[in-house]
Amino acid sequence: MDKKKSNQNVVKFNRWGYIFLIPFFVTYVIFSFIPLISTIYNSFFENYRSGLKQIGPNFVGIQNYVTLLGTPEIWKYLGNTLIMWVGGFIPQITIALLLAYWFSDPSLRLKGQRFFKTVIYMPNLIMASAFSMLFFALFSDSGPVNQILLSLHAISEPFKFFQFVSASRILVMLMNFLMWFGNTTILLMAGMLGIDSSLYEAAQVDGATASQVFFKITMPILRPIFVYVLITSLIGGLQMFDVPQILTNGRGNPTDSLTTVIMLLNRYLTSKDVGRGGALSVFMFVVTGILSLIVFRMNTSKKD
Amino acid sequence: MKKKVLGLLLSTTMVAGMLTACGNAATEAPAAEAPAAEAPAAEAPAAEPAAEPAAEAPAADEGTVLNISAWNEEFKSRLTDHYPGYEVIDGTTGKIGDVTVNWLITPNEENAYQNRLDELLLAQDSAAADDKVDLFLVEADYAVKYTDTDYTMPIKDLGITDDELKDQYSYTQAVVTDSNGVLKGSSWQGCPGVMIYNREIAKEVFGTDEPADIQAKFADWDKFFEAAGELDKAGYDVISSTADTFRVYQNNAKLPWVNGTQIQVDDNLKKWVEDSKKLADAGYCNTWGQWGEDWNKGFYPEGKVFAYFGPAWLIDFCMAADVEGSVANAGGWAATEGPQGFYWGGTWICAAAGTDNPTLVADIMRKMTMDPTVMKDIVLKDNDFVNNRPVMEELANDPNYSNAVLGGQNALKMFCAGADNIDMANLTAYDQGLLGDFQTAMGDYINGNYATYDEALEQFYTLALQRYPELTK
Repeated sequence: MDKKKSNQNVVKFNRWGYIFLIPFFVTYVIFSFIPLISTIYNSFFENYRSGLKQIGPNFVGIQNYVTLLGTPEIWKYLGNTLIMWVGGFIPQITIALLLAYWFSDPSLRLKGQRFFKTVIYMPNLIMASAFSMLFFALFSDSGPVNQILLSLHAISEPFKFFQFVSASRILVMLMNFLMWFGNTTILLMAGMLGIDSSLYEAAQVDGATASQVFFKITMPILRPIFVYVLITSLIGGLQMFDVPQILTNGRGNPTDSLTTVIMLLNRYLTSKDVGRGGALSVFMFVVTGILSLIVFRMNTSKKD
Repeated sequence: MKKKVLGLLLSTTMVAGMLTACGNAATEAPAAEAPAAEAPAAEAPAAEPAAEPAAEAPAADEGTVLNISAWNEEFKSRLTDHYPGYEVIDGTTGKIGDVTVNWLITPNEENAYQNRLDELLLAQDSAAADDKVDLFLVEADYAVKYTDTDYTMPIKDLGITDDELKDQYSYTQAVVTDSNGVLKGSSWQGCPGVMIYNREIAKEVFGTDEPADIQAKFADWDKFFEAAGELDKAGYDVISSTADTFRVYQNNAKLPWVNGTQIQVDDNLKKWVEDSKKLADAGYCNTWGQWGEDWNKGFYPEGKVFAYFGPAWLIDFCMAADVEGSVANAGGWAATEGPQGFYWGGTWICAAAGTDNPTLVADIMRKMTMDPTVMKDIVLKDNDFVNNRPVMEELANDPNYSNAVLGGQNALKMFCAGADNIDMANLTAYDQGLLGDFQTAMGDYINGNYATYDEALEQFYTLALQRYPELTK
């Protein structure tokens, strides 16, 4: 009898839980689920504007996917995106791990931790567009960076950063790294601070070296956070848009080597091409899903 | 029990909060209109004050808000300075009599201006009277896109007669005439272009700053290249960027950009690529984009740029004439025809179909683009080249008229001759997108990032097809 009653109570309390979940589901359905379905639906139609004339929507089956995947650009842009993401992510995760380790190690007794934690997070507070405009001005042919290099006699004439593929890509990587390493540091630090300090003490008693402690204790326990950081960064990286878009004024110069997949989506806006845009978005959805799965598998299977 | 009540209370506030947040935008608009709608329904005295303001309005049945869509401040400043009775209220609004002028300014970058205008025009039928676009501005590069539709009102329907339009340069009318021969817009300016060169540098390198002598040195593209070499030896760039001469070559092209749905590239454009590559490889000029910090440098003496190519509006609107220390401020420029005649830009005013202020729209067009006194005033105050042949010819022969930026030169004769020669037969609705993409792709070839012209051409087609799915190679 009593047991039954308490069960009912649990059900009653659960009901409140569901009610509190309503806002999430409503916003999710309105702002994520319906758009997702309509994107997939629209990707099967020819539907764009020629000037002010509306063409379509005409059902064309998988034609949009065939044209999209049949052109070499999409693979080039996907490559560009991945190169720029990886190039920014490697220094980002390395520096973030190092900083998080130092910040969370009580034996180092770092002074001014709060100050530095704030400072490294600062670049993330600036809008990406403002940040890339700043970089554009800094690295322009007659910008301050060139002038400093000229006055130091490091170069004899201005170095044209935006005319070289590698130089411009490195600038994008640098910006992404600067913007995100603070955020990653905070996340990793949260993970590291959650590790039981008795484990470190035990390791110390057993005479483990600092690197042994890091690789044998910190990293394995940190793995879930690490995977989270990796996957969120991957998703963010695949959707890279604002930095290269503003830096190159949407052109992806030089030679379209800075054009990311989402910048291509933006180019379809001139003709309001919902069909090709939809196909591209679904393609990105699938690519992101596959890559996330691979990353997830890689990081979890080792554990077993 | 208490818990239940508390829980219920919490969840209802949360759900209610959520719903109000969603509903806000939708409910606000009717809320503003509500009092007006209620007033007539209430007793008679309440209805009276509502009727009064309507009776006071200038043209009884016309709207009280004039929406003007533009991509920069140029027309706004023209209207502010020259339209009788225009009062400035703040950065984006003004007043003409009882009508509020509302400026919808969106920059051109990345097609943003057209994207917004498209949405506004397509929603024109369903928009509230005060939200309808009344006037919008277009450029030659994409005028066809708008004039060849029913979204633009024929000038005749505004009550403007052919007689009022007879003094305009014919090319300005050709740009905004639709495929059935109906005129659908009007412009206050003409945009014949000239080569604008720095007098100081001309004296130093060529020993003279006389336009006729300089013209002899730059009479064609081969001489242009030779003279560029001389300038280079003295440490000057002949032009700021290879992009500067693009319009000159492009206007002298024989083929339109698009034939049916097929993209075509004229030989003269190929010549631009080859000549630009030669200039850039020799180090005679740079390759950066126009309008940037680097490109602007030549507006100041330390920029060491000999010449820019442009029409009157470039001189008066862009070359930093009001900035202390600029070449323009000191009257250090002079104008000459250059290797080939061309035009660049120009702004046309179009009336949007469905406007609720047709009388005012017609009056703005008359005053700004047809009234000789207003137009003469624009030339005298702003040195713009206006779209009125008698006014321009009178001033061209007026010994008292001179342009301070050009060091007192009267370059109007040159502009007048140019305006008569402009041919606008080649316009298509795709020009703006295509010529931008062409320059992007060829810019990479000129910079040496593509090994061959053909590779760059391939890239141009790629970009063009991304932009316009209906076109073919």
